[in-house]
Amino acid sequence: MGLAEKAVIMDEAAIGRALRRMSHEIVERHGGTGGLWLVGIRRRGVPLAQRLAREINAFEGLSPPIGELDITLYRDDLTTKHDRPRVGRTLMPGDPGGKTIVLVDDVLFTGRTVRAALDALVDLGRPAEIQLAVLIDRGHRELPIRADYVGKNVPTSRREVIEVRVREIDLRDEVAIMDQS
Amino acid sequence: MALGAHLCDLDDLDAQGITDVLDTAESMAEILARPIPRVPALRGRTVMLLFYEASTRTRHSFELACKALGADSLSLAAATSSVVKGESLIDTVRTARALGADAVVLRHPASGAARLAATLNLLPVINAGDGIHAHPTQALLDVFTVRRRFGRLAGLQLTIVGDILHSRVARSSALAFARMGVKVVLCGPPTVVPPEAGPALGARVCHDLTEALRGADVVMALRIQKERQDRGLLPSAAEYRALWGLDAGRLAAACPGAVLLHPGPVNRGVELAPELLDRPEAAVDSQVRAGVAVRMAVLYMLLEQGAGAA
Repeated sequence: MGLAEKAVIMDEAAIGRALRRMSHEIVERHGGTGGLWLVGIRRRGVPLAQRLAREINAFEGLSPPIGELDITLYRDDLTTKHDRPRVGRTLMPGDPGGKTIVLVDDVLFTGRTVRAALDALVDLGRPAEIQLAVLIDRGHRELPIRADYVGKNVPTSRREVIEVRVREIDLRDEVAIMDQS
Repeated sequence: MALGAHLCDLDDLDAQGITDVLDTAESMAEILARPIPRVPALRGRTVMLLFYEASTRTRHSFELACKALGADSLSLAAATSSVVKGESLIDTVRTARALGADAVVLRHPASGAARLAATLNLLPVINAGDGIHAHPTQALLDVFTVRRRFGRLAGLQLTIVGDILHSRVARSSALAFARMGVKVVLCGPPTVVPPEAGPALGARVCHDLTEALRGADVVMALRIQKERQDRGLLPSAAEYRALWGLDAGRLAAACPGAVLLHPGPVNRGVELAPELLDRPEAAVDSQVRAGVAVRMAVLYMLLEQGAGAA
């Protein structure tokens, strides 16, 4: 099964604008940055969380602490996958108890990754609130999960694959729709 | 080679394969540092611990590793030492499988027992020590401990002192460290440190203790194993201490701050002067802690990452 690129739906500027808007929404809804953490889901959620923190720092003069969450050990789909994902490390800036945590990921699809992330997070402590920020919401949820902050809603068919590419990992910023061919 | 369907011996792992296990073990160490060290990664899996020999550290750390990953462990301590090899071991592994075990952790006095159990290909087998042959998870935790202390492995020197001939720990650890670019020196009584042991393990043999310790960043003292000493190859405990026992004075020949390893249990005052264990260079407790993380990594990689496709 190969993947063919159908269209690039976001370029670097569009991604930057979306993250900037989301960063304002996060701070507005939280009423500042006190007790606010941004926690990226490995791998691409981590650079996105860092960028949201930089955006917030640009207008608030304060960067919320950033965490990195590895959910490999919490996934429910490993046995059905052919690849062998490496177990990454979870790094938290402290005890998440009492904090408002914004989970950050690149794509929201079935919701299973977020379900695993919620389990992983509550194992580390008891946050006051957990919210979800995603760059792309492509629909097709299999669980009762929704995002609080969305960069772009992209209607897709199940055959399609959304690839979010970020400078830090993929050497360029863009979002593409791929088709299984 | 990466980790395969079983872990019988370190011959199965190349440097990249060892690094994969160590990196995964780092992630597992982070879990163990949590207030509640538990993840659901192996929920619903059962690991049979099959111990035909006494063990404290290895068995309990495998048990803790199972708990931390959410797996159930079932301990079958084979009380009888009359079981040596052959059908009864095979039947026991079959029984473990029939009881629903997803993996077997095996300690056995016969060298090659783990490989024999693995040839059944009923379920993944992890060698927890077989006779004088191999103890791969011990070697991996030794390498893990040293990598954590120094932040690197290549270019270090490890000196192993003791009964190399009868030590599965020495054999596996020497292989693992050599594979990771560590210079390995083997030292001890000539009766149990034969010259031919060097090339086989990628190590240098040196029968002069001071000379062997010179330049060592890591010193590993081996336990004098009374249970494997029936051929009169070793002197008495007192003589061994006088000639090969490590104390502060002798360790001064090694690099300043050289890390001290011991697989345990320690015969205090024989292979190690008791006061050495209280020095910050002694990594014995770190080794025990590392053992849980490394065994979590091995269990997870064999059971969940598809390596154990048996």
